[in-house]
Amino acid sequence: MYQYDQYDQAMVDARVEEFRGQVARRMAGEITEDQFKPLRLKNGLYLQLHAYMLRVAIPYGTLNGRQMRLLGDIADKYDRGYGHFTTRQNIQYNWIKLEDAPQILADLATVEMHAIQTSGNCIRNISSDHFAGAAADELVDPRPYAELLRQWSSFHPEFDYLPRKFKIAVIASDTDRAAMRLHDIGIQIVTNDAGEIGARFFVGGGMGRTPMIAPVIREFVPALQMVSYAEACLRVYNRYGRRDNKYKARIKILVHEIGADEYRRQVEEEFAHILTLGLEPPQAEFERIAAFFADPGLESGLADGYDRSDPDFAVWADQNTAPHKQAGYKAVVISLKPAGGIPGDATADQIRLMADLAEAYSLDELRVTHTQNIVLPHVKQSDLYALWQKLDEAGLATANLDLIGDIIACPGLDYCSLANARSIPLAQKISARFASPERQRTLGELKLKISGCINACGHHHAGHIGILGVDKKGTENYQLLLGGSEASDTSLGTITGPGFSEDGIVDAIETATEVYISQRAEGERFIDTYRRIGMAPFKEAIYG
Amino acid sequence: MKILTGNDLGSGDVVWWDGKGWSRDVNDAVDVGDHADAILAAEEAARRVNASYAIAATRTEAGVRPAHIKDRIRALGPTVRLDLSLRPGDPEAAKQVI
Repeated sequence: MYQYDQYDQAMVDARVEEFRGQVARRMAGEITEDQFKPLRLKNGLYLQLHAYMLRVAIPYGTLNGRQMRLLGDIADKYDRGYGHFTTRQNIQYNWIKLEDAPQILADLATVEMHAIQTSGNCIRNISSDHFAGAAADELVDPRPYAELLRQWSSFHPEFDYLPRKFKIAVIASDTDRAAMRLHDIGIQIVTNDAGEIGARFFVGGGMGRTPMIAPVIREFVPALQMVSYAEACLRVYNRYGRRDNKYKARIKILVHEIGADEYRRQVEEEFAHILTLGLEPPQAEFERIAAFFADPGLESGLADGYDRSDPDFAVWADQNTAPHKQAGYKAVVISLKPAGGIPGDATADQIRLMADLAEAYSLDELRVTHTQNIVLPHVKQSDLYALWQKLDEAGLATANLDLIGDIIACPGLDYCSLANARSIPLAQKISARFASPERQRTLGELKLKISGCINACGHHHAGHIGILGVDKKGTENYQLLLGGSEASDTSLGTITGPGFSEDGIVDAIETATEVYISQRAEGERFIDTYRRIGMAPFKEAIYG
Repeated sequence: MKILTGNDLGSGDVVWWDGKGWSRDVNDAVDVGDHADAILAAEEAARRVNASYAIAATRTEAGVRPAHIKDRIRALGPTVRLDLSLRPGDPEAAKQVI
């Protein structure tokens, strides 16, 4: 894992003290809320429905046991005993007091964490593949590239006041586990015909009220020129992005309005100029960063295979583990989606337990997934059973990865001041309706995503089944979408028709699954059947 | 009736104008009539409240009921964590909010 050098630590420590002073001035009345609001947002502190909410950055979703344990301790000490893992691989605390916020940031700084650039119109936390460094199918570990981008984008003065917020994802395999093409910039690390490592740039994706899939803007940029190319992409956006209209200010609108070809032309022109300045990071600097992500201590010579005699364990192991690049290991996904639970929430005790388990079983590494689960990336197969037993004791062994119970849901109207409808109660009802593990496995891979408003923090556009909560004359109403995907086969869902009440949408989803079961061909997932037979059979069954 | 709400500057707690100060209980909210803007300006300036605004509400036998669901949830707390709400012992509280 990357470790701060003296510059990183000095910057974060200085920022904490700066914010401590800003909070003191606000509490003393020396600055107004209008003056203070942009300052607190720069430090990840929002004001939500019930209290202040603090969003803590987890760069590319990677953290160690010590960091995870502190996240649990913060939940106990400053919040109400739990945290909420988000679709941007971050964690949010919902009950923060303003006067505590500086000390929380000081505590975070002791473990090389912060909340900088988790809000505002700047480059946000760089996200990545949650199996990075472990995935059997990755070309290379994408995190050194993500870290390079993190260092470039942190406190970048030119991009501190963009037309709108800006999100970047980096992956390094053909399997997209980061919704890469639904980001402002999606980067896939690839090789060219000469076998050299570089970056493929997708620009102009996003969800929200105008969902778009990012087109390829450049097939290959040499690895060390990646930052300069990103700078060119941002510079064109910063120059021409729509600052006059918040709803048209994301880069996806610019790319769409002027067209990918014209956007590419301008970026290439800017890129050519930047290259003349010689600003690319030296190879030695990249190698310094990459060294932090070297082999964490994986043993060689281990055999694949483990005792599967406990049937409950075998079901969990089949569902919640992924192939590892090293023989004898698995990447383990800890589901934060128990039947009837709140997606992404974990208690302080659960967070600390996951920290302990990472240290004991996963070479001191954890990952937060954009699907609001936790990964232990490096678990010996011989340790899987012992790990499962400990997870099961803590209510963390739900075997539903990528099944209908593995729901993404935004905080919705229960917490969020932007929401129009509640998301979590729907997730609870749906996961309870489909609680039977056998039924979930019969349905197979089925990604269900719920947003409480058009901002789409719950990724509803990209769900095989998506739900969008709206306000219909003061009453919560839910639109149903089918056919979305945020994987390598990225697609956007289509609204089925008129919306539903809270109970009605659960029934409609059940009907959709019945159509799938009756129509599916051998080996088809829900999304495959939908793509083959289209909307009509689903619509007919749902609306009669 | 028109009532005033906001969040306490320091704690962030949801608060309601009770005629003299800010209460955590929506049932203490009073009708401010045409005085909303003046009260809010004075209270914001005095740093007793943050992000304050006026809303429509009705007074029923059960208490003060904000017109919009968002403010009814603010008055209660998250419907999915009643243990953290202002009515932790009332399992029907969420239904009454909706």
